Amino acid sequence: MLYFSDLLQYSDVFLSALKTTVELTVLTTILGVVLGTVCATVRQYGNRAGQRVVSVYVELIRNTPFIVQLFFIFFGLPAIGMMLSPWEASMIALTINLGAYSTEIIRAGLASISKGQIEAAKVLGLNFRQTLTRVIFIPAFEKIYPALTSQCIIVMLGSAVISQISVQDLTYAANLVQSRNFRAFESYLVTALLYLGLSILLRFAFNALGKRLFAYRTSN
Amino acid sequence: MSLVNLHQVHKYYGDHHVLKGIDLDIKAGEVVSIIGKSGSGKSTLLRCINGLEQYQEGGITVDGKEVTTEDIQVRRLALSVGMIFQNFNLFPHMTVGENVMLAPTIVLKKSKAEAEATARAMLEKVGLAEKFDSFPEKLSGGQQQRVAIARALAMSPKVLLCDEITSALDPELVGEVLKVLEQLAKEGITLVLVTHEMNFARDVGSRVVFMHQGKVWEQGDSKTILSNPQTDELKQFMGAVL
Amino acid sequence: MIEFSNYDILRNLLFATQWTILLSLAAFIGGTTVALTLTAMRLTRNPAMQRIVKVYVELFQGTPLLMQMFLCFFGLSMLGYEISAWGAAILSLTFFTSAFLVEIWRGCIDTLPKGQWEASRCLGLSFLQTLRHIILPQAIRVATAPTVGFSVQVIKGTALASVIGFVELTKVGTMLNNATFEPFKIFTLVALIYFMLCYPLSLYSKHLEKKFNVSR
Repeated sequence: MLYFSDLLQYSDVFLSALKTTVELTVLTTILGVVLGTVCATVRQYGNRAGQRVVSVYVELIRNTPFIVQLFFIFFGLPAIGMMLSPWEASMIALTINLGAYSTEIIRAGLASISKGQIEAAKVLGLNFRQTLTRVIFIPAFEKIYPALTSQCIIVMLGSAVISQISVQDLTYAANLVQSRNFRAFESYLVTALLYLGLSILLRFAFNALGKRLFAYRTSN
Repeated sequence: MSLVNLHQVHKYYGDHHVLKGIDLDIKAGEVVSIIGKSGSGKSTLLRCINGLEQYQEGGITVDGKEVTTEDIQVRRLALSVGMIFQNFNLFPHMTVGENVMLAPTIVLKKSKAEAEATARAMLEKVGLAEKFDSFPEKLSGGQQQRVAIARALAMSPKVLLCDEITSALDPELVGEVLKVLEQLAKEGITLVLVTHEMNFARDVGSRVVFMHQGKVWEQGDSKTILSNPQTDELKQFMGAVL
Repeated sequence: MIEFSNYDILRNLLFATQWTILLSLAAFIGGTTVALTLTAMRLTRNPAMQRIVKVYVELFQGTPLLMQMFLCFFGLSMLGYEISAWGAAILSLTFFTSAFLVEIWRGCIDTLPKGQWEASRCLGLSFLQTLRHIILPQAIRVATAPTVGFSVQVIKGTALASVIGFVELTKVGTMLNNATFEPFKIFTLVALIYFMLCYPLSLYSKHLEKKFNVSR
């Protein structure tokens, strides 16, 4: 038998946990994409040393598990003098993780912009920064927007792991509730559905945002 | 006796009325060129004849049998109707020989030796016997299209449909493909072509069908109709092409 | 307290790596098998079947792998099905892997030109014949690189099995950390071992992709 009603008394626990997960997601999505944009620009247009540094960063992150990255930051860094709260460690780990993946994705977008576009901008007298922001970024992001937003959702789901360093997110709440009322299945099922709702909601939000960001396509 | 018969065929894409009551009768041995502007419905017409597209009203028969898009029907139809596409649609993971042998072996259940003999004969016919073991990507566009013709011929179809088969080719490669078609026409194979090659339509074709706005606007003997078009639309079309 | 030399640490970690590899292999095999079945269901063009696959993908791509593991491990035993951490890890990683692979493969099948289906149809090939002789041989070539690439995600996913108590590389890392209090060293080593497992696969996937792009 399933007893979902036993969960009702914990609704405020779930609600505040949901808030934590959402806050972290929004914050790390913004920071991660900014980091990815900077790194992708360096990787695509920067000097050799810069390209190398970015490559090493991207490959290191993409080829190790997020939970190990998190443990390294939370447990490892204090050993060399960098104390971080669980929340700070999670935010840094998630940002670094999304940053690496979005670097790869955004770089593919930058690479898809034809040389002619850049040359045309140069001929018109735009400097490099203007060329980037006015000519390159919008079509490049439009091209990779679906891949980038899927990655953001993947990172949001991956954030479940931060419960392991006792950040009070959704997964933490699920563990807490099931340890109190011994209703593991119900508790995890409800939490899984909350995550599912969150990922569907995020996808809608990203789609709506995309329509606004790339409105020039349809407005004529 | 008619080989291909269309009776009051109507076709819609959603609200878009593409074919508006087509009547057409093609006899064995005819070489029919369908001409017209893009969007006039000529490719759709061809694709209805072999069941690639569904039509909503009217009837189509090939060799006396009704045409539908049902899978089983289309496959039976494939035994009497061959199709050549604008983009060749050769199978890139198979050699030229394998491309031609595939359908005879797995559809007609011919033995491998028999299928290979047919394949070699058909490739010989299109002048590509020596390319038997090459992969399609190593061939020029014109050669690829000739392989596609051999592939269709290996099923010994009663009628061969050609959908703008020279449109994707560089100009200097068009001739070799048309030469193969001309030879087929001489052998008496029934051909229905959607084409822009007016010279070919006039010199090789027996009949020209001019389509306009989803209708058969004008049709007749190829030499007469092209030298003496009756309707303004055909005159205008020929002025634009020539 | 037992003293751990660097040699002891490394030896323990490498021993645990075997379990990570084994779990990855099991999950990958399970995942590809289920994904093949799902791909077949999707290709039947039966709307009900396609719906099932869609919901499956949505469920397992839309929820955290960690939550799936909890549900498999704590949830199932709560409902009376006893399951080991090893079994729960394989089960949930199979769901996770198959849900992503079926989508990756769909993309590969969809990149094949429509003309390949049409030409087959016009030559009289049945649906299954077309699949077997025309579509699959080409799709497999396209799919190899992204599938190898995804195996990296599977290996990384196995790290989550540590949370439900399965003793693999990450779990041994945390255990050693609790015993030695040398987190910096230990988690650096753990990360390096994962890197050495995953990076060659990433490189191989990139290599395959390049090779394929050249041959087109």
